[in-house]
Amino acid sequence: MKILVCVKQVPGSNNVEVDPVTGVLKRNGIQSKINPYDLYSIETALSLVETYGGSVESITMGPSQAGAVIKETVCMGATHGTVLSDRKFAGADVLATAYTLSQGIQKCGTYDLILCGKQTTDGDTAQVGAEVAEYLGIPNVSNVLSVDDVRDGRVFVTAGLDDKNVKLSVAMPCLLSVDSDINTPRLPSYRIKKSLGEDAVRFLSFADFDDQDATHYGLTGSATQVERIFPPEKNDQKHTISGDPAHQAEELFGLLRGKKLI
Amino acid sequence: MYNKVTAEDRSALQGIVGEGNLFWGDAINPDYAHDELGGIEHMPEVLVRVRTTEEVSKVMKLAYERCIPVTVRGSGTGLVGAAVPVEGGILLETTKMNRILSLDKERLTVTVQPGVLLMELAAFAEENDFLYPPDPGEKSATIGGNISTNAGGMRAVKYGVTRDYVRSLTVVMPNGEILTLGATVAKNSSGYSLKDLVIGSEGTLCVICEAVLKLVPLPKVSVSLLVPFPDMKSAIESVPKIICSKVIPTAIEYMSRDTILFSEAYLGKKFPDTKNDAYILLTFDGNSDAQVEQDMNTVADLCLSIGALDAYIVDTEERKKAVWSARGAFLEAIKSSTTEMDECDVVVPVNKVDEFIKFTHTLAEELQVRIPSFGHAGDGNLHVYICRDELDDASWKSILETSFDRMYQKAEELGGLVSGEHGIGYAKKEYLKKQYGQTPIALMQGIKSVFDPKNILNPGKICY
Repeated sequence: MKILVCVKQVPGSNNVEVDPVTGVLKRNGIQSKINPYDLYSIETALSLVETYGGSVESITMGPSQAGAVIKETVCMGATHGTVLSDRKFAGADVLATAYTLSQGIQKCGTYDLILCGKQTTDGDTAQVGAEVAEYLGIPNVSNVLSVDDVRDGRVFVTAGLDDKNVKLSVAMPCLLSVDSDINTPRLPSYRIKKSLGEDAVRFLSFADFDDQDATHYGLTGSATQVERIFPPEKNDQKHTISGDPAHQAEELFGLLRGKKLI
Repeated sequence: MYNKVTAEDRSALQGIVGEGNLFWGDAINPDYAHDELGGIEHMPEVLVRVRTTEEVSKVMKLAYERCIPVTVRGSGTGLVGAAVPVEGGILLETTKMNRILSLDKERLTVTVQPGVLLMELAAFAEENDFLYPPDPGEKSATIGGNISTNAGGMRAVKYGVTRDYVRSLTVVMPNGEILTLGATVAKNSSGYSLKDLVIGSEGTLCVICEAVLKLVPLPKVSVSLLVPFPDMKSAIESVPKIICSKVIPTAIEYMSRDTILFSEAYLGKKFPDTKNDAYILLTFDGNSDAQVEQDMNTVADLCLSIGALDAYIVDTEERKKAVWSARGAFLEAIKSSTTEMDECDVVVPVNKVDEFIKFTHTLAEELQVRIPSFGHAGDGNLHVYICRDELDDASWKSILETSFDRMYQKAEELGGLVSGEHGIGYAKKEYLKKQYGQTPIALMQGIKSVFDPKNILNPGKICY
């Protein structure tokens, strides 16, 4: 089974500041890391290969530094990966990103399964996976909680809906967006990191793609544009519950129920 | 010798601490009779929750005049019964003295009340770009408790222990007098260090009401390495070699697969790797990626050259949380794996850690009892647990006695001491006496009697 995992490089800290004048994320001096949600899809892919055989590759779109996250997937167990990098891809929204990824995936090869994380920590749209599937013309399942079986050219999954779980059988090739916390991702290996060769990461650019219409990519290929980025208001409100334990339990229950958390 | 708390005393205490802060009889939760593991239980006659140094002073004045024993308690997370009121009397709880009073960015200090929790202090320091280095596993312990036991924790290899971060203490003496010991200065050769006598005195000399603690700038980069070994022997034997490499990790912890599995079951969360029998967990910190990476690579290469199967990189918040939250839960996890347990918190010279751990394995085999352990391999402080499992009362008592005798004897033979960070309290005082002998114990008793001539503060602990 050939599996491709889509990953993204995101800011290393959750406390990235937004420049109040330009509205742009202050990325200077901020370390980057692999999108934490993608770790669950990498682990899912590696576990599947351990059970059913095959190989795992990874793909990302970003500047050349994004090669670091591809190397990280290799350190976790992927064979190699691809960075889609070109100035023409800059400023892409979810639609243009999904289109670019779909073009890149077609140049990388054919896969039985494409796995994505639920969302990213910097974009939070949770749309790229489904849109990639649409562009590739393959089925897609979101919120995958577990991959239960692979047989007869189909993958059997459990996916979460708001108030129930569904068991689905999907024909491969297909794309699955896996939920967070469905496994404990393995750690990158220093032993592999030491032996990384040149072939661990390859780069593809606009010139490598079939679609040579530059207006389909980057800012010009985007259906939406960001008008302003601003940090959400912080809520430091604290509510202290006091009194005897029975009263505290009752008050806590009331509060949680009022907020529809239980 | 001591007076019982009378209705008149209760009324006086009520006047001091106010409505809702005095409890007696059935109104005292039975949890106040014990700590986490001390193996001793005794209810106080009254429980008072104090909020200010002045209240503590007034309570002590009353107790001193009336000769009523007073035991100070923070979060009650101790492991040797130090906060158990073995003589009854007043249990003085400091959890309401939980304010961080000030941050001095020029002197790099923070002033706190004793009831501030370690996790609150750590978060506050970090928010302000500082680090409070002492890092014991029990994050819900109070800072007063940490000072009282001279708690160490996981960063001691590089940063030292609580004592190294206490600049000064405001304390209330047994007679109610308020004193400041030490000062916010970097050097001090001004007579006996009374502040240092109080640190680690487990509430027997005076009541800590305020502490000025030293902070360090928050290191910009921190990375951990989880290094799997085929067996515990090779894992433990790597530690002295790591130390010889002259790289100073922030932490060097060892853990066995069994302990990790207990932790998985306890937390309901999988650990990133459980394929191997033994692991060493190291952390490196510094101010540049290049420096930290160089340190990490040096140690990773060394470990691989001496038999490590790999070295897993723990470099993001998520990965650190997955690994360190499991490490933080080891004590509770082992506790939940057995019917009853007792702990040996010995400290041995760092180059003797492997010998001591191997000894516990032999002992476990010989006595046919489970003795899991984990601990701070990098500073020689080990946490070894004797698990009762299905043993009957008589066998448990006998095995416990034999194993403790043998382990403390072995620690002494290796140049170690009874406790590295949990203290002596009530549970380990006989072992302390056995190791130290008459004169050091007499010196301790002399110090105690100068501070507390009526022996009303935490009687029956450490050297009595």
